[in-house]
Amino acid sequence: MTRDEIFAKIKDVLTDALGVDDDEVTGSARLQADLGAESIDYLDISFKLEQAFGIKIGQGELFPDGSAQNAGFVKDGRITPDGIDLLKKKLPHVDFAAWEKDPQISKVANLFTVDALVNFVQRKLAA
Amino acid sequence: MRWMWIDRVLSLEPGKRLVAVKNVSLAEEHLHDHFPKDDARALAACPVMPASLMIEGMAQSAGVLVGHATKFQEKVVLAKVSRAEIEADPTPGRTIRYTAEIERMDATGASTKGVIDLLEPFTDAPARTIGRVDLMFAFLDRNLAGLDFPEHNFVFGEGFQTLLRTSGVAEP
Repeated sequence: MTRDEIFAKIKDVLTDALGVDDDEVTGSARLQADLGAESIDYLDISFKLEQAFGIKIGQGELFPDGSAQNAGFVKDGRITPDGIDLLKKKLPHVDFAAWEKDPQISKVANLFTVDALVNFVQRKLAA
Repeated sequence: MRWMWIDRVLSLEPGKRLVAVKNVSLAEEHLHDHFPKDDARALAACPVMPASLMIEGMAQSAGVLVGHATKFQEKVVLAKVSRAEIEADPTPGRTIRYTAEIERMDATGASTKGVIDLLEPFTDAPARTIGRVDLMFAFLDRNLAGLDFPEHNFVFGEGFQTLLRTSGVAEP
């Protein structure tokens, strides 16, 4: 499946799960800030991706399971270098470049864009 | 007893599907307000089962199904109404049938699909599908870590226990 085909299917998943319009779902759109996703929507999106692509998504595989955000990895509202390493290891489909210049824990949600989902599915299908 | 919007569980296939019914009665007070006579607009009273309470009926049907699948160990709460389409108003003397199926389930929650049928007891009229309601449930203790909830499962309290017992559903 090409990246464009994956993107088209993900667009369907997101318009269905989040009730957004087609044209709102761009590669750089952030699930929470731009598309209005709330906590339960992440589970909904996981379920729908499993169904759409015939894949199995483990807990903490697509979205963080909270291990890097626990107190040991947080200092002054920012995730420590060790915590960032852990996040990068667990979430290889996410682009951390812009965020890690000022790794505020309150902005972790901004990392989850439509492109991150496409990367995730692409890696998963290639595995 | 907590408010219950299903009267009886007809069948339960553990982890898969649950069918429940609700009889609509003119004795139910909410029907008198939904909708009352409107003199100003010259409208006669029109008692019908509110669609919002049919969504609740499906949530209870699907919630029991999901709760049963977790042996009632999880606090199963309705987290999202993914879809709700209801195209007819059940009037008193009719029966609403909720068929709920688990679509996906993992350690943190479940999604269900549901069909609402309208039955006309004691007539030859066939059952007809009048709605579809798809829902998402979250397991409270798994999703709001750090918040303290009571140890006992307050979601599946006395009302649901009575419903399952009077419906003849065996404990999981």
